[in-house]
Amino acid sequence: MLAASSCHRIIPKHVNGGVAVNRKRSRQRVYIMFLAPALIVYTVFMVYPLLSSLGYSFIKWDGYIRQGFAGLDNFKKVLFERPYSERLLGALRHNVFFFVVTFLIQTTFGLFVAVALAKGGRFLRVCQTVYFAPYTLSQVVVGFLWLLLLNPTWGQVNKFLALIGLKGLARPWLGDMVTALPTIILVNAWRWLGFPITVYLAGLQGIPLELEEAARVDGATPWQAFRHVVLPLLLPTIGMMTILTFIYDFNAFELIFIMQGSSGSPYYSTDVLGTFFYRTAFGDATTGGEVGQVGLGSAIAVLMFLVICAVSIAGVWLIRRQEVEM
Amino acid sequence: MKLLRSLAVCLILMLCLAIGVTSAAAPNVELTFWSWRTEDIDAYDKFVKVFEAENPNIKVKFIPFKNTEYNTILATALQGGTGPDIVHLRSYGGMEALASAGYLMELTASDVPDLAKFPKDILRGASNRHTGKIYGVPFAIQIIQVIYNKTIFDNVGLEEPTTWDEFLKISQTLKDNGYVPLSNGGKDAWAFETLFGGVAPNFYGGNDFSNAVINGETTFEDARFVYSLRKMLELRPYMPKDFMGIGYTDMQMMFAQEMAAMMIGGSYETATFERLNPDLKLGVFAVPGEKAGDGGYAAVYMDGSYGINAVTKHKTECLKFINFLASLEYGQMFADELSQPSAIPGVKPKHPVLAEMLSLAENKSTPHLMVVGFRFEQPSGSTLLQTSLQAMFSDKLTPEEVASEIHEGLVKWYEPFQK
Repeated sequence: MLAASSCHRIIPKHVNGGVAVNRKRSRQRVYIMFLAPALIVYTVFMVYPLLSSLGYSFIKWDGYIRQGFAGLDNFKKVLFERPYSERLLGALRHNVFFFVVTFLIQTTFGLFVAVALAKGGRFLRVCQTVYFAPYTLSQVVVGFLWLLLLNPTWGQVNKFLALIGLKGLARPWLGDMVTALPTIILVNAWRWLGFPITVYLAGLQGIPLELEEAARVDGATPWQAFRHVVLPLLLPTIGMMTILTFIYDFNAFELIFIMQGSSGSPYYSTDVLGTFFYRTAFGDATTGGEVGQVGLGSAIAVLMFLVICAVSIAGVWLIRRQEVEM
Repeated sequence: MKLLRSLAVCLILMLCLAIGVTSAAAPNVELTFWSWRTEDIDAYDKFVKVFEAENPNIKVKFIPFKNTEYNTILATALQGGTGPDIVHLRSYGGMEALASAGYLMELTASDVPDLAKFPKDILRGASNRHTGKIYGVPFAIQIIQVIYNKTIFDNVGLEEPTTWDEFLKISQTLKDNGYVPLSNGGKDAWAFETLFGGVAPNFYGGNDFSNAVINGETTFEDARFVYSLRKMLELRPYMPKDFMGIGYTDMQMMFAQEMAAMMIGGSYETATFERLNPDLKLGVFAVPGEKAGDGGYAAVYMDGSYGINAVTKHKTECLKFINFLASLEYGQMFADELSQPSAIPGVKPKHPVLAEMLSLAENKSTPHLMVVGFRFEQPSGSTLLQTSLQAMFSDKLTPEEVASEIHEGLVKWYEPFQK
């Protein structure tokens, strides 16, 4: 394409205008041809379902039958009528908690590991692979693996705690209302961390070494050099990573569904927007026999989309502004 | 010429033969039969062969779909005016949504005379609760009771209890002997509903309360209901250590590996237990009430039914097949082939444990309350009960709070409570 466009520029327009117009048209056709496959797939599998669920959220449903236009009734019910409003708020709170804890872990421990890896030699290269490995596993595998490890009767976690003399700490990690969600967040972090570490590492390797060396020559301590030279340059990377994490954590579903089912077990303590949506729209698979409510489910999905969309746009805008300032 | 003539004769002969064959047999009809029971495909092929032998002009094609996707596939097909001729139907709310949408054919007593044999409580799972019209022939029931390990009971020297106190005492003895008395856990919320089905009816007063609450004469805030929840808590010391982390498969494994001596579970467990540990000797009893002769209820619910698509082109053939599925002959075949309690009255299963379970249900049965009465809309009674029992067993809600949470959720859609 590059070659073609540079050729085109050489030809003076006034000499052969007709050919130029033709070329322009055929060029557009080529563009469209290249765009078409992605555009079609995107439209069929993303835009259409999004729009149709938006449509469904304005319709009153009785089981599988459409009953006519509902206006904002579905949204009103989800937002203001108990028990839906209570569940929505609880789920939203859990999503925020999920995101905040994951963010804290990846920007402290994750960043630390990334910096260590950037400084390190061959041994640490091996570590990089080890850290990244869980990320390549499917969530189903990770969920099942940790279900086995955390099992109170046969699992290794409680056995290990007993072995190192912390028997008092052993508990039904996934059945206890206090520990269930934090446990899942940690399991998720175990799988997820490899990704931010790799991204941070790439960001760190993009920062010229001279800058940090110059700061050190000027008498900065390693911490000062990191804090005032490296960190500000890494901020855009951290910012993008944070937005990605936010989107991912607000869509959290698979791991929780595999480990706890769709009822937010125990007693809604692991209920997130994803499981709340699933349960409402399709009926609770774990209780069986319950009829789904398409309208309410769609309303929840639309609300999820709005929250994620708004926060992501605000986040990107913040990062842009910061980049301009720098 | 000679060759041509003989060829023509041959052709004419063949033509005659072909016409003769088609006119001799009645027009063949193929019925499609959709189901979610992928695991039962061989058994259904056998059942269908028996039917086809009796009705040579009707062929039935059994097409099972993945369990978790069946509801959606079926609903989509029915909405589009297509779908199978014969439909394997879920029970209660799952069935009712399809029936009230008009996708299913009503089954009348004149079309299917055998329907009259079924108890009213069982038919409820295949009827529209507003109109009482029946849309399906029930195929299986499930019975909830205590399943126990006979070998362990013999070794420790225990017998089936006749009162609640004896039941608790037996549990204590088992615990003292190093066994987990009850393998029931709470990680999977729905397992609590099964525990509820086995225990609570003996303390809320069985069918008196269940009839009253289903008819809206009382609510779940009734003192009897709260009392039954409090009694459930008395089992907590005899459930596994860290039972809130024990999931459904863990419960089954504990019992099958003879770590646990008892499990309050459904009749569907029998097949699993026998597969996991063929040496297991199973016994069953119903949870006793406070005085001898009190309680002893087996909670029963209908598992699903067979119905007919309202827009089928082969109504008579469908009815023939449905009548076959409602027959005692079929019920017997079903129970023996699949080791599940057939819903058809009078079936005597060969399997001794199943037979014992059925006799418990015949002796004293009560509807599995939330499944039978309160699973029609969201939030369903099952969801409310299951999750709030998790909270009760975690000391986050009192029995009173559980009762009012259930009531508050149900009053939103259950008309008899709104009066």
